[in-house]
Amino acid sequence: MTLHVQHHISDELLLDYATGNLTEGWSIAVATHLALCPTCRDRLSFMEHTGGQLLEAADENETPATSDDSWAAMKAKLSSDGSARVSAAKPVAAPADIPVLPEPLRSYLGGDVEALKWKALGRGAYHIPIKTGDLGSQVRLLKIPAGKPVPEHSHGGRELTLVLKGAFTDGATVFKRGDIEEADETLTHQPVATPDEDCICLAVTDAPLKFKSFLVRLVQPVLGI
Amino acid sequence: MRIKSDAVIRAKTGGVTLFMMMNAIHISADACQNDPGRTARRQVFAPLKRGKKIVSMTESAEELDQRKFSQLLAAVGRDRDVEAFETIFKYYGPKVRAYMAKLARDGQAAEELMQETMLTVWNKAEQFDPTRGNVSSWIFTIARNLRIDAFRREKRPTFDPTDPAFVPDDVPPADMEFETRQEADRLRRAMETLPPEQLELLKMSFYKEASHSTIAAELGLPMGTVKSRIRLAFAKLRAALEERA
Repeated sequence: MTLHVQHHISDELLLDYATGNLTEGWSIAVATHLALCPTCRDRLSFMEHTGGQLLEAADENETPATSDDSWAAMKAKLSSDGSARVSAAKPVAAPADIPVLPEPLRSYLGGDVEALKWKALGRGAYHIPIKTGDLGSQVRLLKIPAGKPVPEHSHGGRELTLVLKGAFTDGATVFKRGDIEEADETLTHQPVATPDEDCICLAVTDAPLKFKSFLVRLVQPVLGI
Repeated sequence: MRIKSDAVIRAKTGGVTLFMMMNAIHISADACQNDPGRTARRQVFAPLKRGKKIVSMTESAEELDQRKFSQLLAAVGRDRDVEAFETIFKYYGPKVRAYMAKLARDGQAAEELMQETMLTVWNKAEQFDPTRGNVSSWIFTIARNLRIDAFRREKRPTFDPTDPAFVPDDVPPADMEFETRQEADRLRRAMETLPPEQLELLKMSFYKEASHSTIAAELGLPMGTVKSRIRLAFAKLRAALEERA
């Protein structure tokens, strides 16, 4: 299976991830996209190079030098027996099938798609909320039936949608496995799963979705979406 | 002998001058060449270590410096070379401390986080892959991850290259180690030419644990302005890298 990811992470979002400023919920979507996208890994490594250069340029005079004591303290901690050494990870034998959910997402869900317990969301859609230590975002796996839309909604904030299986279209744009759609409060969008198969995607939002339909809004607190 | 700062390196732009400085520093070049594990690709660089003329004409002072640290770190990974590690520690330790001090409550906390970072460098030195990045970016990522642990206490999810679902790079790295060093050099020069407001933004992002929304609030700028400055900065830096020297 060759993959050509077409829709990538924005510079701002990737920079937040590279600098360590992105909270856990958003980072799950970014890291899972990175697992599927060599192009963005290359961009990430470029940003980390920039971080390395800024480290090189650090102003050491801002902190008092304690060099001799500091090195003595360090030296005392070094284990020469190699017990604390961390060796390069051994490659694991690949199973016959490629999981639908790449790491780190798979670990958050405790397994790949066939092991999941979906919760009905109405109109044939399903979801699974994902628990994180990050209270500022909501992370969920969504399953949208083939050819069906996600209820139309606008956002109170940012939303990331990463396709893992199937595809959806939003206007004239098609999003396939690995593609990520970044939306914010300025955008009202209408994702529709393509008719050939159900679409599984990861959605991260930083505020509860505001659905346009009065009826959906009425049941929103009940459904927890 | 140790190099005190970038300013010193830049002052001695002549490659030969710097090479003499380098000679004063312990570099286990012979050990590198005798190691049967070395790849043919790296052998190509062996003559460079001895040929002063070639070195001075093709590599800048900064590149030489990075290569020196690359070799020192390899020696730490391979031989648990304490002397090599001391050189790395004395050069990068204060820089990592300065990085930690931006968030740490006091100098002692910054020192502890620096020590933890450098201990990780010692323990993980074997994993350092010069084709993937240079020493400074590698140490940066270790420091960054420890800083997240220390100040945010939440997980930082990362991809796993051994996962069967992981999509590997299209093109295997060819002459990447050399390119990485040249790229680091070009990147540094490009960063010096960034407009001050763009460089400031990058510094805030990397040092102060400020996301672009926090930066926008702090500088009183619209989000759109912050976003476009980030884009402009990286577009410019990337363009500088794509120019083949």
